[in-house]
Amino acid sequence: METTASQIPILTLDDLETPPLSLGQLAWRRFKRHKPAIIGLVVLVLLVMYALGGTLFISEKYANFNDTSLRLQGPSAVHPFGTDSIGRDILARTIYGGQISLMIGLTAVIVETLLGILVGAIAGYYGGVVDSVLMRITEAMLNIPEIFLLIVMAKYFGGKIPEVDLLGRTFSGSVIVIVLIIGLTSWMYLARIVRAQFLSLKENEFVLAARATGTSNFEIIFRHILPNSIAPIVVSATLGVANAILSEAYISFLGLGVQPPTATWGNMLDGANNYLDTAPWLWFFPGILILLTVLSINFLGDGLRDALDPRSRTV
Amino acid sequence: MARYIIKRLIQGIPLLFIISVVLFALMMSVGDPVATMGGRRVTRADDYERLKRQLGLDKPIYVQYIYWLAGNTWTKTDLNGDGVAETPGTRLGILRGDFGTSLVDRRPVMQVIAERIPNTLILMLSGELIVILGALIVGVYSALRQYSALDHVLTAFSFIGYSMPIFFIALISMFVFSYLFKKWGLPYLPTVGMFDPQAGKTFVQVVYHMILPVISMSVVSLASYSRYIRSTMLDVLNQDYIRTARSKGLPRREVIFVHALKNASLPIATIVGLDLPFLLGGAVVTERIFAWPGMGRLFLDHVNRADTPVVMGSLMLVAVAVIVFQILTDVVYAWLDPRIRYD
Repeated sequence: METTASQIPILTLDDLETPPLSLGQLAWRRFKRHKPAIIGLVVLVLLVMYALGGTLFISEKYANFNDTSLRLQGPSAVHPFGTDSIGRDILARTIYGGQISLMIGLTAVIVETLLGILVGAIAGYYGGVVDSVLMRITEAMLNIPEIFLLIVMAKYFGGKIPEVDLLGRTFSGSVIVIVLIIGLTSWMYLARIVRAQFLSLKENEFVLAARATGTSNFEIIFRHILPNSIAPIVVSATLGVANAILSEAYISFLGLGVQPPTATWGNMLDGANNYLDTAPWLWFFPGILILLTVLSINFLGDGLRDALDPRSRTV
Repeated sequence: MARYIIKRLIQGIPLLFIISVVLFALMMSVGDPVATMGGRRVTRADDYERLKRQLGLDKPIYVQYIYWLAGNTWTKTDLNGDGVAETPGTRLGILRGDFGTSLVDRRPVMQVIAERIPNTLILMLSGELIVILGALIVGVYSALRQYSALDHVLTAFSFIGYSMPIFFIALISMFVFSYLFKKWGLPYLPTVGMFDPQAGKTFVQVVYHMILPVISMSVVSLASYSRYIRSTMLDVLNQDYIRTARSKGLPRREVIFVHALKNASLPIATIVGLDLPFLLGGAVVTERIFAWPGMGRLFLDHVNRADTPVVMGSLMLVAVAVIVFQILTDVVYAWLDPRIRYD
């Protein structure tokens, strides 16, 4: 039988008017179109600059310095955000508290993401008994509301980790406790996402090829499959930062989180409801900073989802 | 279907076992319940030993766990400390329906929890009802008028609501509706408690005290539910049978509320069904701020005093409810959608 040549002309790179866009360029283009995400990114950068840049003007000593004769003073030229119940400057404390809150958000997400990837990848890749054991544990963790787990764990680890010195500053051991417990109580959703990704990706030919050439399981998991499921992980980790900051705020608000004198936006609010009407500046400034941070991260995450993972768009 | 339900119930057993072991192990070292028993007085060393022995806290963790789980009626314990086990155990264990006795106030855990559950359910269920109704209105409207100005505004608000820390909205609403309204001479809302002690626990009082906590609690869920309803509604509205219904000339109202919403409500029912059992646990933060005597406050107060029986009792109750509601949701889903078969 005679084969006829295809009528469709074969395009070479030169024939195309513009070179094809790389995946990264395509993602960036989609991201730029998402206006709330851009706004979120800008606000987030400003907030980080506020927390980090403030260090240049105000020392941590000043943030922890208390003068009880100046307690509960309203906003003024000397103390733009007022003073708290033992006379500390709230502006200075929102700066140093912001550093800790943002740092807790980021590091807790690192713990969460590592755990989630590990559990999800192993469960999805190996399947069978390993999968059902890991998934039972995941389900068990999901059966108890997160805030209850956080409280029990905060009580369990509380006071067990000593203070640490890092970069010439002293951090209360409770900071590490909070990072650990937030990471330990929030990895389950990510583990499920990663597992689902692995379940479908491991059936692909490239995995079969890798296995045929004698690649180790470790390499198949981390060098071949994981890079292909990076988009949902990035999105989930971004949104995870917002959740971690909220979790820290809740647990510190209940007085079980980071212990003073180390400030966080959350523990600045501990006991603030006793000063609801007499000193609203006490809870207003840390509260609005938490809201702004979480909001801009959520916008950013939404934009990232659109840009990196357009198929999974749910909202 | 019966086989499916039984299978799922059996699968729940190892789950509950893992949860109870881990929580019990954690609870064993969250603090010393005996240390706070004497109030402000420091407990004497021999009293301390005696109390630990009588409460069974001197036993190894696994023995305490077994007693909690299955009771200790088959053994004798040494209560007077002479080295001879003479008193037969009376605990039945949670498997036989005995949740144990609170270490804080020496009352049966069942009784302590039973007092709080109605308070929590009043608060949480009215919140959930408002959330579902509000989210249906907002979600369906946004889906019908996608990308309209109001849809954009609602989207922005739902993002803000979703990002709102509960304590912040609680503090703001208390400040506005209680403090500022009082200052402006308007009728203002109470901020703490469940009823005014002078007026007594009447229906009106409870509703009056419930408004602010319900508002604060609802904001976050309202935001996420309405987004979810909007997206499921949009999914359904873009399907072929909706176009068919429209092209047949059916009234718009009928297409939206009968054809579209009926099918869109399936995933919504799932989400609601899976969220319901968590309401039993109460809202820790909200109940703390508004001094509402519910399960969340109970949990927080008793975890702080290392009261293992109460904490374990309330958490296991939630865990069992979650498993039961997961099965119920599956069953209802199969009933609503005949295409689903589990066998």
